[in-house]
Parts: sequence; C-alpha cells; structure tokens
Amino acid sequence: IVTQHTAVNGISHRGRVLTLDSMNPNVKRVEYAVRGPIVQRAVQIEKELKEGVKKPFTEVIKANIGDAHAMGQKPITFFRQVLALCSYPALLEDSKFPEDAKKRAQRILEACGGHSIGAYSTSQGIECIRQDVARYIEKRDGGIPSNPDNIYLSTGASDAIVTILKLLVCGEGRDRTGVMISIPQYPLYSAALADLGAVQINYYLDEDNCWSLNITELRRALNAAREHCNPRVLCIINPGNPTGQVQSRQCIEDVIRFAKEEHLFLMADEVYQDNVYAEGCQFHSFKKVLFEMGPEYSNTVEMASFHSTSKCYMGECGFRGGYMEVINLDPEVKAQLIKLVSVRLCPPVPGQALLDLVVNPPQPDEPSYATFMKERTAVLSTLAEKARLTEQIFNTVPGITCNPVQGAMYTFPGITLPQKAIDKAKELGLVPDMFYCMRLLEEDGICLVPGSGFGQREGTYHFRMTILPPTDKLKVVLQKIREFHLRFTQEFS
Amino acid sequence: MWNMKQLAYGALARRANQIKDELRQGVRKPYKEVIDVFQGDLHGAGMKPLTFVRQVLAACVYPPLINSNNLPLDVRQRAQKELGRCVGGSVGSYSAAAGIPEIVHSISEFIKRRDGGIPSHPENIYISPGSQWSISNILNVLVNREASPRTGVLIPVPCYNITVLSITQLGAVTVPYYLSEEQAWALQVEELQRALESAKGVCSPVALYVINPGNPAGYVQSQKSVQEVIRFAWEKRLFLLVDELYQDCVYGENCEFVSYKRTLSEMGPPFSGTVELASFHSVSKGFLGECGLRAGYVELVNLDPAVMKHIHTIFSKDSCAPVLGQIALDLMTDPPKPGDPSYPLYKQVGPENCTLVINSLPGFSCPPLEGGLFAFPRLNLTPKAVQKAKVTAEMQEDPDTFYCTRLLEEGGVFTSPGWEYGQKEGTYHIRFCIAAPQDIMEELLRRLSSFHMTFMKDFS
Repeated sequence: IVTQHTAVNGISHRGRVLTLDSMNPNVKRVEYAVRGPIVQRAVQIEKELKEGVKKPFTEVIKANIGDAHAMGQKPITFFRQVLALCSYPALLEDSKFPEDAKKRAQRILEACGGHSIGAYSTSQGIECIRQDVARYIEKRDGGIPSNPDNIYLSTGASDAIVTILKLLVCGEGRDRTGVMISIPQYPLYSAALADLGAVQINYYLDEDNCWSLNITELRRALNAAREHCNPRVLCIINPGNPTGQVQSRQCIEDVIRFAKEEHLFLMADEVYQDNVYAEGCQFHSFKKVLFEMGPEYSNTVEMASFHSTSKCYMGECGFRGGYMEVINLDPEVKAQLIKLVSVRLCPPVPGQALLDLVVNPPQPDEPSYATFMKERTAVLSTLAEKARLTEQIFNTVPGITCNPVQGAMYTFPGITLPQKAIDKAKELGLVPDMFYCMRLLEEDGICLVPGSGFGQREGTYHFRMTILPPTDKLKVVLQKIREFHLRFTQEFS
Repeated sequence: MWNMKQLAYGALARRANQIKDELRQGVRKPYKEVIDVFQGDLHGAGMKPLTFVRQVLAACVYPPLINSNNLPLDVRQRAQKELGRCVGGSVGSYSAAAGIPEIVHSISEFIKRRDGGIPSHPENIYISPGSQWSISNILNVLVNREASPRTGVLIPVPCYNITVLSITQLGAVTVPYYLSEEQAWALQVEELQRALESAKGVCSPVALYVINPGNPAGYVQSQKSVQEVIRFAWEKRLFLLVDELYQDCVYGENCEFVSYKRTLSEMGPPFSGTVELASFHSVSKGFLGECGLRAGYVELVNLDPAVMKHIHTIFSKDSCAPVLGQIALDLMTDPPKPGDPSYPLYKQVGPENCTLVINSLPGFSCPPLEGGLFAFPRLNLTPKAVQKAKVTAEMQEDPDTFYCTRLLEEGGVFTSPGWEYGQKEGTYHIRFCIAAPQDIMEELLRRLSSFHMTFMKDFS
C-alpha cells in the first residue's frame, strides 16, 4: 500500500484518500459501452449543435440505447391514466378518466401505506402486485403455478440481475465463481461481473446460423473454464440483446438439460418477451419449458427469470419497473436474498404500479380494452416492420452482413473493414469498430455502439443499432449508414 | 446470539403485516389499526403528499392534463417545463446517467443557496434511486475487497441500520464510535480517536460516516462539532461520508443545520481544498416525504478527477434514477416562489411534543429532540426487570425486542428495537417515527403511555 503521507521537516503532506491506487480495483475494470465514450462524444456534439456550430447534420440520432420513448414511441394511454390517478388521487373524481382505470388505481392505492405511492413498500414489493405478477406468469405459461413469494419486484430488471449475481459470486482464486454469458452480450453482465470480481466465461453465439446457441459451444466454454474457476451460473438473454435471436423450444430444453447436467444456476433474461417478429419464431419462457420437462428438472434446476417495464410494447424505461421469479432457491438463501434487497429499501412504487398494469392489462369486457389493444398492436407491428426493413436494407450494402432481427430491439450487423482502416484505428489507439462508429458519428450525426462493447469473435467487427427511430427516420438512417459504409470502404481501400 | 437476532430480523415486520391483515379481516383487537412508525415513512405514517408535487407529477405522467383547466396554471406550466427536459417529452425515457441535466443544475443551485453562496458544481452531483443507492456506490469505490487488512468505515452508535448493511455486504468492517447519550448524543472527538485506535491491527479505516441530523438519535450537530469532525478527518486522512437526509427536519431551540460542505468551505485551506467529502440528500424525508418515488443525490467534493471518471461509469451501468423521482427532486430544490398560486401549500414538518410525554413516563428517558424524524428513548429497566423480561420472552430475546413485540401485539404500535441500530452494552432503546400527523401522534403517545405503565408494573 503506497503511503500518501510524506513527512518533510516534520510537516505531513496530505495526499488523497481515494486514488486510482487505493480504490476498489474491480471498479476500474467496469465498462458500460451503451453509455460509454461514443455516447459522451455524441452529447458533446449535441451541445455544439445547440451553440450553433455548423455540421453536416442538424441533429444527433441516438440509435445507441434501447429507449423507445426517446425515439418518439408513444406510451400506452391506459397505463398513463392509471398512473396519473395514482399520483394525484383527486383525479378519481374527474369524469374524463375511464372507470377501469379508476378501479385499477384504487386497488393499487389501497395496497400502499397511507394510500400513497410515496410510502415505502416492503423490500420484496407490494404483495397484491406480486400476486398479479404470479397470475400473469401462470396465464402466460399455460397454467404452471407461480408462487408470489418467489416474485421479487426490482428497480428495472438490471437491479434484480445484479442482486442474484451478488448471491452467487463467491470463492477465491481457482474457486472463484465463473459465470457463463453469451458473446455478444448486453454489457450490464460484463460490467456486473467485473464489479463483483467474478470470472466471465464467454460462450460464442453462431453468427453464421442466425446467432444460434450451440450446446457443443457451451460445453467447450465450460470445460475450458473449469481449469481456472468454479463455473456456477449460466446466463441467457432471450430474445437476445444485441443479436435479436429468439431461441427455439428445442434449444431452451437443451440449455436446461445442460444446466442440470453441469449443475449450473440458470439466469434467464426475458425482458424482450413480447418483442418477437420473425415468422416461425415464438417466445418460450424458461420456466414453462422447465416445468414441461417434468419433475426431474422442475424440482431441481435452480433458476431466476427476469422481466421489466422498459421494453416490449411499453418502453417505460424511466419508471424503472421490473421483477424476477426465482425457482428452487434454497430457503436459507432466500432469507439472505431478503436482506440483500432491503439495502435498496424498496423498488420505486410508480414502477411497481406500472408493472401491475402490464401484468393486468384491460380485459375484453373493459372500456379501455379496444384502445389498449390498438396501441399495443401498433407498437409491435411497427417494430416488426422496422426489423424487416433494417435487415433488408443492410443486406444490400456490400460489406455489411445482417442476420434477421427475429426479436428484441436491435440489429448487430457484421461489418467488413479494410485493412488500412484497421491500421489507422490502431494508430489512433482505437478499436477498429469504435473508429468506424466515431467517424459515422462525426460525419452523419448517427450514434451507434461498436460491437467491441458487446463482445465478438476476434477479427470480426460489428455495431449495434436500435430499430427504434420512427420508420421514416429509420429509412434515412439506414440510407446514411449505407452511404457512409461505402464511403469509408472507399477511403481506406 | 447472532442467530437469535437473525430470526428477529424481519419477524416484527412480518407480524405487523399479519396483524394488519387480521384487522382488515375483522379480527377483534384492543385497537382498530396499527400505528406504523417503524420506518421514517411519512406518507405511511399519515402525512399527506404535497398537492403541487402530485399535480405536477400527474400532468407529467398524463400530458393531456396540461391542457386541463382543473389544474392551477403554475402546475401546468411546471409540468410542461419538466416534460420539456425529458428526452422525447416523456417521463418514460431514460435520462442521462447522473440525472436530467437541468435537474442536476437545480440541485447545485439549491446547494449554493443553502450554503450562503458557496458554489456547487453540477458535474459533482449524481442522482440515484434513493440516497442509499449513492451511498452504496461510493462505498463500492472506497472498499477494496482484496485488501489486507480489510477496509474499515467508522460508524456512529446508534446508526441507521441500512447503511451498516451496505458496508458489511461490500466486505468492509464497521468501526463503531459511540455517541454520548448523556450529552444528548453528542459526537466527541476523543471517542472518534478511541475508535480509530481500536481499529489498529483489525482493519484499515478509510472513511468516516456521519449522520446529521441524526438517525435514530434526534440530534443536530453544532457547527463547532462539524468543524471538529472535519478536522479529525483531515488529520487522520479519512474520506467523509455525510448523510444529511434530515436537513429539513430541524426544530430544536437554538438548533440550526449547517452542511458539512459549507463548513468545510468556510474553514478554508488546508481543509477546504483537500478533505474528500460525499454529502447525501433525498426526496424521502423533509416536507415532501416521497420515500416511494426513490430519488436521492450525492454531491462529491475534492475527489480525484481520475476516480470521478470511474464513479461516472458505476452510475451509468445502473441506467438512471426513476424520472418521476427526479422531477420530485426538482420540485424540492426549486419549489414554488412567493406569489405562485401553489406557494402557500408548501410547508415544513414539525414534530409533536413527544419529548415531554416520553420523559414523563417512569423508566423512559430521552434527550430533547433537536432534529430528524425519530425518537430514540431509553428503556431504564432494573437488572431484575431485564432478567424477568428475558425469562418471559418466548425466544429469550433482549428486553428491547420483547418490549417492541409486546407493544405491537397489545398496543398496536409498530416500533423497532434499539439493537437494530446499535447501543451501548446493557442499554435498551426503541425507535419510532415522530412525523405522523398530530392526531395520530396523540393516539400513539396515549397508547405508548398506557402500554408502558402496564409493562413497567409487570416487569419491575
């Protein structure tokens, strides 16, 4: 430990307590590309534009983050009506609000301390909301029971994911917990694993086969990892982020079987479960498949499934609503879990209320049903159309290869970079796809995230773009990227 | 002993919920409802939310309300202003990692005004889902899990229990310094020194955690005391973590809240440019009491710029604080002005005259409450009474837990036992929130007195 106190003539010189040397070394390894350096540059450029600096574009299009409302998607009217009623209950007297919205609001408020969304809830989340979540899961999974005691509401799904990882990561040296995660992955996982000092075990998705998951690859990664750590967890994102693949039922069964054989805790990130577009693709929850595989699996495999209010058709990122359902957790571990979540006090109550509406939407016999269904269908069908459009246009560009966007909100196309560009990037101390994306940002005002932020096979390059901009704008963006790519390739040929 | 406490953890809360359910189902009890003063939960204790705040939030959530004549003009204008700061004009979009920039700016202006003009830089401020989230993040940066000896954090006794949980969950060691109950919970530098000494060979203390105004003890530090702590932190090279959540809850005579930031700045060099300070505040207490919205902030002073970059990354992987909470923070730090239609409705919380009632009860003592939201009276039980209570208690729990359990069952008042916060060996306390509306406080004190008399008679 370097002492920052030096006595000179008996007088101490005081250095800082918190320095790069003294700080938690794990924190130094944490990166989060979605809000990383390229976004910081984008924000700077936006400031410059505001100040009147002339650029080849008039706005920065932030296609880096899965934020639907930021890109103009409208909230679901019914949800916002209920939340407004919860915020200011005097509105319950206002005839402009439909009866079904009022009923939902009253039920939620009754479950809140002092009938206010400003009161703390229990750390696990408001009980009647957890009951509604359990019922939603049962309905979704064809009647397979869900116990509200196994439901933990959270501050977005990320909070729950980190909480479970905290429970699982332990050990020293060769016994340190290893966590399997797909490459490419959503960088919350790599960030959390770095922060916790866990060992990240990469399993590669197969780009040549629509980013599919192969058990042989899982086995390869696991066996290699056993040499230097204690693998205990397998994370899977379905539908995938950034890749958008939707796992087949067979694949999910294979993964569950693998987890049981190899004694791994399964973490199923299912926040995009309503975002399925490709024909022939369907969302199968891990919970459902697990139970349909029979008691040999459903009684033994330990699992946590995650969902959120940020994606799907709601896009309510700013509410920070989410939950996890835990299966087959040791009761003593659950007691520790309660202690862990109590450090957060409780999840944001408006987010809990919103989650309640998501799992308990208007029913066919209710006044708000027609509008609700219309809005929901419009959002999902627009996304499906944009997914198709994106794949189609990118595949017309020589040097860009785009797998079908089967689900989620992103595309992760492979880009071929000329050797000269790779060399230039190295010269500038940049990873090649960061160099590419920075250029695109400076020249066209389009902000994407380089594939290196998500992980990719050595020697391959990608970027992640959201499919969220409004259709007309998206067409322009796709066109501009096309032109940029051709220009860039030309420049460095 | 630890296992016993583990069992007790959450047991009282579970029982309280059970009783609430039983009452809802119509089970007869000596009381009609549970007075829940277990947490610093103002709305849960019956305080009404501020109308202006809730009207603005409702209009932000459901923008058609902005065109509604049912809401006052200043509400509609404010909602429009807030929405204009949200990306895509929606409270459903993510904000920047540190918070909506204009709101971060409001906070810095609020701090500057509060501190007599001392500048506050927006880039040193991070908004998070509640203050405890920020405390956790800063602790995470400070605590080196791989270090040997382990990282230590000085904490007061008694201390807010959630922070203690955060510290221990990060793998750090708590180094307790005892506040002096005989001197109205004063913080004595000699005691800080003793605590630091006690850490030798056990852990490596890097930070000093202070709560002002206090929780659970209801003190407000004098400026002199604040200066002493800053000087001590400077001398001993400790990072200052200052929990100032109750800064708007000051009511003791001759008591005034002076922020650590302000005091540090006014102390001048060498302190002002070197002591590393993290100050925490939130929208949960004070006159908003919006615990459920989850919004707080940290202001960082004199931190290494290289470390700040990493702090930014840590906050960014959490995405952002809930936008409604951020807006509530804006309404707290930039409230309606005199002349605005909604101005008269903004008012301060004041406690009721609990100290008098508590001290009038034999076997109960409590220094005058100066600030914060809690009373932390001491149960003065004779050794014989302590023994008798231990024997009677179903699970041989300590007298304070036993007292709280009985008070809940028989009196319908949900409080928490002193051991949760730490107390000197052999002393017993209970904590309860004193910010409920007057009628509820009167009922609470009536039930408490009645129960207490019976308890003292049974266990004398």
